[in-house]
Amino acid sequence: MTSEPEITSHVSERREEVFRTEGLTKVYVMGEVTIHALRGVNMALYAGELTVLLGASGCGKSTLLNILGGLDVATGGTVRYRGRDLTRAGERELTRYRRYEVGFVFQLYNMIPSLTARENVAIVTEIAREPMTPEEALALVGLDDRMDHFPSQLSGGQQQRVAIARAIAKRPAVLLCDEPTGALDSKTSVGVLQAIENINRELGTTTGLITHNEVIGEMADRVIRMSDGKVAEEHRNPSRRPPAELSW
Amino acid sequence: MRALNRKLFRDLSTLKGQVAAIGVVIAAGVMTLIVFMTTLDSLTLTKDRFYRDFQFADVFADLKRAPNSVGERLREVSGVNHVETRVHAPIRMEVPDFGDPVRGRLISLPDGRQPNVNRLYVREGALPEPGRPDQVAVNEVFAEAHDLGVGDCLTVIIRGSMETLAIAGIVLSPEFVYQLGPADLFPDYERYGVLWMNERALANAYGMDGAFNNVVLTLQAGVVPGPVIDSLDQILAPYGGIGAYGREDQMSHRFVSDELDQVRAMATILPAIFLGVAAFLLHVLMGRIIRTQREQVAVLKAFGYTNGEIAFHYALLTGVIVLLGSVLGILLGAWAADGLARIYMEYFRFPEIGFRVRGWVIGLAVAVAGGSAFFGAFAAVRGAVKLPPAEAMRPPAPERFHRGLLERSPLWRFIGQPTRIILRNLSRHRMKSALSVSGIALSGALLLVGSYQFNAVDHMIDIQYRLIQRMDVHLTFTDPTPERSIGELRHQPGVRYAEGYRSVPVRLVNRGASYQTSILGIEGDSSLRGLIDRRHRPVALPPEGMLMTDYLADYLGVFPGDQVEVEVLEGHRRTVSVPLAGTVDEPIGVSAYMDRRALNRLMREGPALSGAWLLTERREERALYGELWRMSRIASIGLIRDAESNIREHMEETVLAFMAVALLLACSIAFGVIYNNARIALAERMRELATLRVLGFSRGEVAWILIGEIALLTVIAIPLGWVLGTLFAWSLSYAMSVDMFRIPFIVTTWTYAFSAAGVLVASFLSVLLMVRRIRKLDMVSALKTGE
Ligand SMILES: Nc1ncnc2c1ncn2[C@@H]1O[C@H](COP(=O)(O)OP(=O)(O)OP(=O)(O)O)[C@@H](O)[C@H]1O
Ligand SMILES: [Mg+2]
Repeated sequence: MTSEPEITSHVSERREEVFRTEGLTKVYVMGEVTIHALRGVNMALYAGELTVLLGASGCGKSTLLNILGGLDVATGGTVRYRGRDLTRAGERELTRYRRYEVGFVFQLYNMIPSLTARENVAIVTEIAREPMTPEEALALVGLDDRMDHFPSQLSGGQQQRVAIARAIAKRPAVLLCDEPTGALDSKTSVGVLQAIENINRELGTTTGLITHNEVIGEMADRVIRMSDGKVAEEHRNPSRRPPAELSW
Repeated sequence: MRALNRKLFRDLSTLKGQVAAIGVVIAAGVMTLIVFMTTLDSLTLTKDRFYRDFQFADVFADLKRAPNSVGERLREVSGVNHVETRVHAPIRMEVPDFGDPVRGRLISLPDGRQPNVNRLYVREGALPEPGRPDQVAVNEVFAEAHDLGVGDCLTVIIRGSMETLAIAGIVLSPEFVYQLGPADLFPDYERYGVLWMNERALANAYGMDGAFNNVVLTLQAGVVPGPVIDSLDQILAPYGGIGAYGREDQMSHRFVSDELDQVRAMATILPAIFLGVAAFLLHVLMGRIIRTQREQVAVLKAFGYTNGEIAFHYALLTGVIVLLGSVLGILLGAWAADGLARIYMEYFRFPEIGFRVRGWVIGLAVAVAGGSAFFGAFAAVRGAVKLPPAEAMRPPAPERFHRGLLERSPLWRFIGQPTRIILRNLSRHRMKSALSVSGIALSGALLLVGSYQFNAVDHMIDIQYRLIQRMDVHLTFTDPTPERSIGELRHQPGVRYAEGYRSVPVRLVNRGASYQTSILGIEGDSSLRGLIDRRHRPVALPPEGMLMTDYLADYLGVFPGDQVEVEVLEGHRRTVSVPLAGTVDEPIGVSAYMDRRALNRLMREGPALSGAWLLTERREERALYGELWRMSRIASIGLIRDAESNIREHMEETVLAFMAVALLLACSIAFGVIYNNARIALAERMRELATLRVLGFSRGEVAWILIGEIALLTVIAIPLGWVLGTLFAWSLSYAMSVDMFRIPFIVTTWTYAFSAAGVLVASFLSVLLMVRRIRKLDMVSALKTGE
């Protein structure tokens, strides 16, 4: 296994660290069973980069992303966000952090079923600081013609694109996507990935993207491979391939 | 927050069935609170105003005869404000086109002016003109019962001589807000009436020139009646005074205040029950809404909505339901209060009843409803707020199974898959199942509370007229009369049997407590007047000593074996001590009983009677009344047979009118709760049911999962509902027992059956509605939008 501090110093030469985790652990206690979802994760995300997290099912990817996004708290170790220690942050500070800094895209879309596409985005822009309009955000993901549809009237890929629009509409500093294409066919997936890549490129949003599809790793600046609650391997792609060229 | 508000309204419209159900429960609570508080408030105000403006007396006294000069001495008693000495004459009347005997009372009016005490409110016409001996004022209820108006004439028999009197006015008196004949338990406006006449004319006709036989007086502000009553008794004793009494013992007042006590009890207990149930339902509903929306809550949190904003959102949802329920409750409450006003106008005669729903009553009702909703929803909202976003994002943690007792039994093998699903669902979600069972049980309990009084009242009347008062006709004599008059009565037309009784007005005293009533002397082997115990077994009359209703014994704090002090308020007034031999259980009235001869001995008199009871042939009634009329000794004729139908009517119109409203509410709530429950069960199972449909289960099998679950829960809930309902009913009965009626706490089999049937019907209807939904179950969309 590569020694991690070395890698860190290597990349930090060029980029500002947005996230930095040290010895991050997460333990779930379920009755007599304890599950170690994270066993000391050391990793970083850098400003403006698109990082892909790869790994087998159950290796702890979602757990890590949730902690980075302030949805969950770690059991041990530290997470720094631009020098702020998230593990010490209180409920109120985490809420502000999620409200103003993070855009999240969930594995299961997580639309509010009683709201239309436009309203699902509006629910976020209404509490943000300098948001786009919901219409702009939906145009960015190519859904300007479906704005008044309810989630149940949209396909899975369309719902996922609404979810992305919802995540980027507040112009977040970081965009975290948990298997945004997990439930989609390859053609639809490419559309969704293009939307994410667009935002990363045009707005310079630091992006973390979970997948267990190796091919998707090729569109990233960097790939972090996890296994069994730890970072197993990490590498930088010489160049990013546009999603349109990917196929599986 | 616009998008969030839109979510609120869309959620409300998707949940409209449940929202309506809870709204109805809240409305029921608000309505009962408004109805009873308004009734209590208006009735109290109206009564106080009438009493004040028309100088209702504080102390009353009857006597044989005293010269008018004694009136001056009464005015000098310290603490007395105004005194009116009056002539009271028992009369009979003949009303055109009405065959039954009509009794009544004529009361004197000071010539040419309103009395200073117990003034009359003139509804129509005027008081008799000064000096006119042939004019009367008539109490409104009597005039209405016979359709009499100003100018009509009445034939009145005073002391055996017939007079024709013209009606000068229709009036109301604070003394007869509730007009009741002397021996009656229930008003009979056709057969009993109160009339007023100029004093000189009445004194003349009744042989009371320059004398009086009744006193009413008001007290100065802040004076207690006790010492004044004592002074009055002293002054009037030589003139045959039979004991002055305060307002508390005045018939009309007592009925009005009893009624107010009952209304107060209902104003407390019924809203408490309804709003308690509403709070519970809100708790269950909000809990479930939030549980089905946990992922949405998580998304909101993930995007940075604060706990406060989320709590506010769900509080608003609760608030809207409370608001809808309150508005409905206020409207219904105003409507029902108005209906109740009409019923009261019928029985309680006030110049006007100012039924007005007051701001503070509405405020109170909404506050109580809001408060109980807050308690109900609090835990659920707090749960939503506490949910960590990442936790909620995942589908709920995989449910764990235990192979229960049933599953390990050999029986399990014979249970089909759908039934297994039902049993597993129920045992896995014990808490949820328990809440559902409680909800259904509560609605069964409400049905029981709403209906038990119908049977209890019927039962009470049956006891009173089958087991206690078995006579057809009740006669009172003008004076104590020798025993042999019974023989004479036996020979009258249509009389099958006659039995005498002695009745003596007394005040019973034990330590601080005292109660004015009468001791009824009954023949040792009486076959017309029953005495029964709690289990309706006859109680033997002891040769010495006294029995009393257990309500009275309780009130006085005496137990069998104790000595009770008896102040005799008739003839030679003495105080004697009589042992309490036992108690009897009677639902109506507050009396004491002795063997007739023992009572005669107590009175130091020969074998005398105060009246007689008859069993009669209905066919010969007319002839009998004609004969009885002619006997000057008979002061009054009471038709018990008719009284029974009067009391039923009375109960139906008052107590049962309330209960009909309560029952209506209980029915809608029962349906609301059960429908709600089924609806939630369906929502929670939608995915599972769709999945089973996809796997090839038939509609019937899938429906069975839901129906079976509801059926099982219903069956478990019914007996629990009986227990809860019996508890509610008991507390209501306890709170509502007043002097005159003690609606027995009896829950009949019929009532239990009704409660169960109501729950079953509601379940059946709910299931029917669910089945319709299952038939339309869209497999694809149910699977796509997991709730
Ligand atoms: N709330 C929880 N309680 C108990 N164990 C949990 C909980 N959440 C996750 N786990 C466990 O933690 C481990 C990591 O879960 P995580 O969701 O991070 O995996 P993942 O890498 O995202 O997998 P996938 O690719 O299937 O989404 C798994 O073994 C999972 O069972
Ligand atoms: Mg995952």
